Amino acid sequence: MTTTSQTTASQTTASQTIGPFWHLLEDKSWADLTRFGAVGEVISVSGRVLDGGGAPMSDACVEIWQASPTRSDVFPGFGRSATDAQGRYAFKTIMPGAVPMVGAGNSWQAPHFAVTIFARGLLFHLMTRCYVAEGAALAEDPVLGMVAPERRATLVARCRAPGDWVLDFHMQGALETVFFEI
Amino acid sequence: MTITEMPFKPYAPGTQPGNDTPAYRSTGLRHPTQSLLRIPQSVTELSGPQFSPAQYPPTANIAVNDGVEAMGERIIVQGRVLDEDGRPVAGSMVEIWQANAAGRYNLPRDAHDAPLDPGFKGIGRVFTDAQGGYRFITIKPGAYPWGNHENAWRPNHIHFSLFGPGYATRLITQMYFPGDPLLALDPIFLATPDAAARARLVASFDLAVTQPNWALGYRFDIVLRGRNATPMEDGDDHH
Ligand SMILES: [Fe+2]
Repeated sequence: MTTTSQTTASQTTASQTIGPFWHLLEDKSWADLTRFGAVGEVISVSGRVLDGGGAPMSDACVEIWQASPTRSDVFPGFGRSATDAQGRYAFKTIMPGAVPMVGAGNSWQAPHFAVTIFARGLLFHLMTRCYVAEGAALAEDPVLGMVAPERRATLVARCRAPGDWVLDFHMQGALETVFFEI
Repeated sequence: MTITEMPFKPYAPGTQPGNDTPAYRSTGLRHPTQSLLRIPQSVTELSGPQFSPAQYPPTANIAVNDGVEAMGERIIVQGRVLDEDGRPVAGSMVEIWQANAAGRYNLPRDAHDAPLDPGFKGIGRVFTDAQGGYRFITIKPGAYPWGNHENAWRPNHIHFSLFGPGYATRLITQMYFPGDPLLALDPIFLATPDAAARARLVASFDLAVTQPNWALGYRFDIVLRGRNATPMEDGDDHH
């Protein structure tokens, strides 16, 4: 590939914390990915964000991104939820399907969301996943397969009732969530 | 592979702050203690949200609110959003938020003993043009105290949020002002190891951006992760 000579290469701008006052950005409707009229199997995904002392992180910004169903004018694929006083986030969205994993044996990934956590005290956002699947799909997922077996549960939501998935994120401790470098 | 399937480059060493930064006290119970797990970039990480002005209406001039002019020093902040190879990131949403000229955010949770300003909400959104350019009109935010250590004050700063082309290019950062004596004392600014990377967080005063008899101009360019020149091969590790 030839380089573009009229431009100057540089390095990625440094990340800085979102801080405690990011809520000026908040639009509560963003937590509902069906708000533009998407149709499909509507589910809720919720849980808490907890610090190393088990205390709720009440000033965090949780974002989700899903590559399935494919983004469109009626489905943004992206959502943002502020955590409340109990550290709780909550999204309403369309159930994702399996997506391919090119390279790793060309296998399929179980239905999941990419999750990003921003907060005061985080200088660089944390990236993880929330799987909404059970059984064989999880066992065959190539990314979960890279995670130490005893920590895989930190990435898998519990189906509390039909269409109601729950996953807590722990910054530290015995249940510390597996966070990614991407 | 098409270019949109190519993986994003790793960050250059030292250019990003680590979350385990004891001088910034809030990191203590919030940073992960286990090492991050490097995973391949699949369709989930290579794709990302896209925003349109129709669904996310822009507000470029935040120095006025409901016809009321904000108090403080009116400024223009403009720059370009580029990738690491200098290519413009066009049509990309850029959001800012900031304290008012007195150093207070227009939020109930900000209890700083400084006045609110009916002329200032402190939130803006624009979309980059074909050259990656963006431009805001705002006021210079005030410094404000915080509880990190004795007599701690945040330098004047504007928060920026950008998405870029993929989930992996997400960036939240802060723009600082040249000559601010608080920068040398700020554990958030200082958390980035590489001095040149820190310096790039400081906007430059630009007379060409400055409008006579109206507003000082600052230039702040933002660089998002670029893509590797060659596709990642099966099983290839990236560093
Ligand atoms: Fe701030």
